[in-house]
Amino acid sequence: MTALPVSRRVLSGRWQGPAAFTAVAVLALVVAPLLLEPFRLGLLAKYLCYAIVALGIGLAWGQGGMLTLGQGVFFGLGGYAMGMYLKLNDAGGDLPDFMVWSGVEKLPALWKPFGNPVFALAMVVVLPVAVALLLGVLVFRQRVRGAYFAILTQALAAALVILLVGQQGLTGGTNGLTNFFDFFGRDVAADETQRGLYLLVAVVLGALYLGARQLVRSRFGRLLLAVRDGEDRVRFLGYDPATVKTLTFAVSAGMAGIAGALFVPVVGIISPALLGVVPSLELVVAVAVGGRFALAGAVLGAVVMGYARTYFSEELPDAWLYLQGALFVLVMTLAPKGIAGLAAAVVRRREARA
Amino acid sequence: MTEPLLEIRGLEVAFGGFRALDGVDLSVGRGELRFLIGPNGAGKTTLIDVITGLTKPTAGTVRFEGQDLAGRREHEIVRLGVGRTFQTSVVFEELTVLENLDLAASFRRPLWSLLRRRRGVSEEVAAALETTGLDALAGSRAGVLSHGQRQWLEIGMLIVQRPRLLLLDEPVAGMSSGERERTGELLTEVARDHTVVVVEHDMDFLRRYASQVTVLHEGKVLTEGSVEQVRADPRVQEIYLGRAREDAEDVVG
Repeated sequence: MTALPVSRRVLSGRWQGPAAFTAVAVLALVVAPLLLEPFRLGLLAKYLCYAIVALGIGLAWGQGGMLTLGQGVFFGLGGYAMGMYLKLNDAGGDLPDFMVWSGVEKLPALWKPFGNPVFALAMVVVLPVAVALLLGVLVFRQRVRGAYFAILTQALAAALVILLVGQQGLTGGTNGLTNFFDFFGRDVAADETQRGLYLLVAVVLGALYLGARQLVRSRFGRLLLAVRDGEDRVRFLGYDPATVKTLTFAVSAGMAGIAGALFVPVVGIISPALLGVVPSLELVVAVAVGGRFALAGAVLGAVVMGYARTYFSEELPDAWLYLQGALFVLVMTLAPKGIAGLAAAVVRRREARA
Repeated sequence: MTEPLLEIRGLEVAFGGFRALDGVDLSVGRGELRFLIGPNGAGKTTLIDVITGLTKPTAGTVRFEGQDLAGRREHEIVRLGVGRTFQTSVVFEELTVLENLDLAASFRRPLWSLLRRRRGVSEEVAAALETTGLDALAGSRAGVLSHGQRQWLEIGMLIVQRPRLLLLDEPVAGMSSGERERTGELLTEVARDHTVVVVEHDMDFLRRYASQVTVLHEGKVLTEGSVEQVRADPRVQEIYLGRAREDAEDVVG
């Protein structure tokens, strides 16, 4: 063991994870901001927002077996909470622009508290978590699971879109909330602000990743795996699987909410099209491609699929949808553990040979 | 002797028109090792399912330590001190043997304390590893265990929960003779300081390890007594031996 060069020792055993995390952190926090032009850095920031949602999906689906096809709902709740604050802040005491255009004359009561930044930021997490807890209590206690749960979450995403589109004066309708100028005293469109936002997104992702990893490795994480693989058996160990699932689902919803709130200043818009059925499904596909059983796989999947989408939309705009579908089918049939599973298999083979 | 640990009165379970249990009365005293036998379809597993809350009875009562179990959910009954195994063992294959045992042992911890990682091995888990003879496999994924080892792991997972009543559903089904012997020893050891009810088909196993036997037939208690008494009962011989030859061999063989 002592004869091994340091690099080999670092890359094996218990230092492997921290070493990889540090490498990725340096790449994301130092190398990327230096090398990427502002436009590309902004794209990466957007993908990292999606990666935060993907992390939550990895936790709920990969670890907990809850196939959630409606994370867009929680992403949207966080996004709208942030968007409402930014609109009110920009309006500076007047009505937000879209309300004026829709003929609204008085600020709706629902909007009033969102003028307070502390309240709005709290709602970014509280709203999605509360909705997920409520849904979880209603659904998991009744032992609704599998495809039924998946369809239910998807229906929720569809319903939220209809609600948002229908309330033009309250939500900005199809256009959503956009045209932001000021972000906590800075010009939101400025390169400097965007660079800072990118770093913020990366740090938040890193922190949430570490938190999720701790969760997975704790006894609760073992219990979550047990619930995924044998919910009925877990009951006979004296645990209530509904509680375990509800809490995990709420954590994943909170992550999606945070991602939505970060997405708004980074991309400059939150609208129904960004949180409906299709974007919710796309993220699940991304998690499957990256590898749903590994948290890092979920994150990787979101970033890779984000880049792939941008690349193919620029080069072959018509082919992307088919390609995405084909990739999903291929991964599910040939490599159900995704990119992360393939990578782990390669590492194992190399270690076996060494 | 005060009230029995488990007391069942007039228990009835009907699935559609079929009466799986038809007025079962059964008492199990503290510290007893009770065998529950009967031909296929006699209602043995249904009885266990009712006690553990998996199946709701159509009539009758189940009292455990004087408390009525009606309407309680499965995990609540476990928390009262009733543990069970299943015919087909269901250990968590993705977790290691040690993690399986640790998870079983942690069920009384408050939920927030589960957020911490496991440090070391608790005393009772170590003891269970030794009792079940799975020490050497502690770090292996439970998915690689043989059928016999899985059953022992399940029994181990029960022991670390310190239940006041253990219900074992056909613990030696599908085992090799070596595994049966090991299971019998394990059972004897467990029965020393637990109340155990074993559902079993295997007559040879019964002869070697049983003391008190209850015979179920067509949803009713046919007879109760020691192994000798029960074996000498002509009605028991008839339900086992009076049937098709394969059946009888399956049971007595």
